Amino acid sequence: MADMLEADELTVARGGREVLRLERLVVREHETLVVLGPNGAGKTTLVQALASLIPYGGTLRFRGELVRDSLAYRRRIAVVFQRPLLLDRSVRENAGLGLALRGVAHDDRDRRANAALARLGVAHLAERPAWALSGGEAQRVSIARALALDPEILFLDEPFAGLDAPARESAIADLARAVRDGGATTVLVTHDRDEALSLADRVAVLIAGRIRQVDPAESLFVRPVDPEVAEFVGVENILPARVQASDDELTRLLLADHVLEVTATPPAGEMFPLVGIPPDDIVIARETPATSARNAFAGRIVRVEPIGRRVRVVLDCGFPLVAHVTHRSARELSLRAGDDVVASFKATTPHLLARYRRG
Amino acid sequence: MDLILAGISEAAARLVTLDPDVREATSAALVVSGSATLISIATGVPAGAWLGLSSFRGRELVLSLVNTGMGLPPVVVGLFVAVLVWRSGPFGALDWYCTRQAMVVAQYLLAAPTVAGLTAIAIQSVDPMLRLQLAALGATRGQTLAILVREARLPILTAAMAGFGAVISEIGASLMVGCNIKGDTRILTTAIALDTSKGEFGSAFALAFILLLLVFAVNAVTTWAQQRRRPL
Repeated sequence: MADMLEADELTVARGGREVLRLERLVVREHETLVVLGPNGAGKTTLVQALASLIPYGGTLRFRGELVRDSLAYRRRIAVVFQRPLLLDRSVRENAGLGLALRGVAHDDRDRRANAALARLGVAHLAERPAWALSGGEAQRVSIARALALDPEILFLDEPFAGLDAPARESAIADLARAVRDGGATTVLVTHDRDEALSLADRVAVLIAGRIRQVDPAESLFVRPVDPEVAEFVGVENILPARVQASDDELTRLLLADHVLEVTATPPAGEMFPLVGIPPDDIVIARETPATSARNAFAGRIVRVEPIGRRVRVVLDCGFPLVAHVTHRSARELSLRAGDDVVASFKATTPHLLARYRRG
Repeated sequence: MDLILAGISEAAARLVTLDPDVREATSAALVVSGSATLISIATGVPAGAWLGLSSFRGRELVLSLVNTGMGLPPVVVGLFVAVLVWRSGPFGALDWYCTRQAMVVAQYLLAAPTVAGLTAIAIQSVDPMLRLQLAALGATRGQTLAILVREARLPILTAAMAGFGAVISEIGASLMVGCNIKGDTRILTTAIALDTSKGEFGSAFALAFILLLLVFAVNAVTTWAQQRRRPL
């Protein structure tokens, strides 16, 4: 895939304080790049800088050309913000607003606006005034307004943040389909890991104004580069360990007094790495399971707490361990604080991190 | 009590029969105040929009001056305009003293700061993120300004109504520069004052009723504008 947008040494300052600094970030043609980060990480600032909506330092290249004329550049992209920001007009007029600003003829504008509204499943609302829409409908219209432009890059700044869970899930599904069908290059900013997993080809993790890791979604969530990224992407178990032995196939680690076998190799020269164990990949059972899992630890349940669709089980195995199980599993196993259980996971599950972040 | 009842009865008769004096004063008031308001809108809305959107050194001072203008005493404006159009004044050659033109100028000076000041507030009250959204949609500065004015049209309508409400009810400036000439510069307020001083309460009541009706209409439009729902 060709590079569509290249940001080099991009910096943004506010009130004399640097709030964003990127060495380099590339958006490839036809990909969906998700910028994932906690609140206050600078995600919105990054989108606004990449869309040339705010002053920035460094260079921005679009299709290899330096962005000099912001207006001409902005007329080739589209941005959807956290709030719909619709005008006091009909839904169709709102969907066609960007086209009207570009001088597109009325008939063509209506045709493209209707098509975009249909892609987001809100074509039936075209005649309604914008004020009569629900939050979810309004946000769909704002996405349709962006898609109607057939942008070369579509920037989405947490567009589902204000929606309730069912509306968000359905909007994400529709957006994923619309983006896939249109083949648009997309940059989506979010703090929601599920959104990132649903939509991303690659994920860039932004923490405190710096990009810490850019990787395909599937490897980022299992191979975060440092403890902060690991923690943010949901690897709750980051435990200090000592390398006992390592060969081409297996690394043996000491975790408290327990031996852990992993297929990951320790970071170069690191004898005291951190072990990251995704809670979703840990199996809880009443007895040691007869499976291929190489690592099984007896432990006592400290706490059981529901977290949305999962149940978080905090264990004491001689070292703290957190596992996520389904509500059904928790019910079937009758998991309660004080119960003795066995936690197991495969040797391929853990990954090893350098104890101190490099760079 | 009889005096009041007789006055109301005569007022009703004058309204029903479309009394020429009442008709002339109403017509003159609408022409003068309507013209002054229209000119205030034509100049005050762009000026207010610019003030609302721009950032320059001294902007707060300009806004303070505009806000001060919103509370200008009509007699002071009347004095100022009378001096300007007095026969030996700087614009004496226009021969506008005791004319509707002078009244329009005086009322314009009273209405324009109100229209400009409230327009600036209306524009500032539009969601700042909307400006960013319009920029993201590829709007030029001119397109952005036009859309923001259109989005703020109801508060701007309120500003215009406030301007009209201020001048249709004022008497000092109009009396001083219009001279209250029957059939020409006599408007509702000056006619009410004159009729009351002569004890012609029937005519004064009829004129007052029409004035109240106009003020009510202005407030009804303003209330409607304020109660409209806004999009997300």
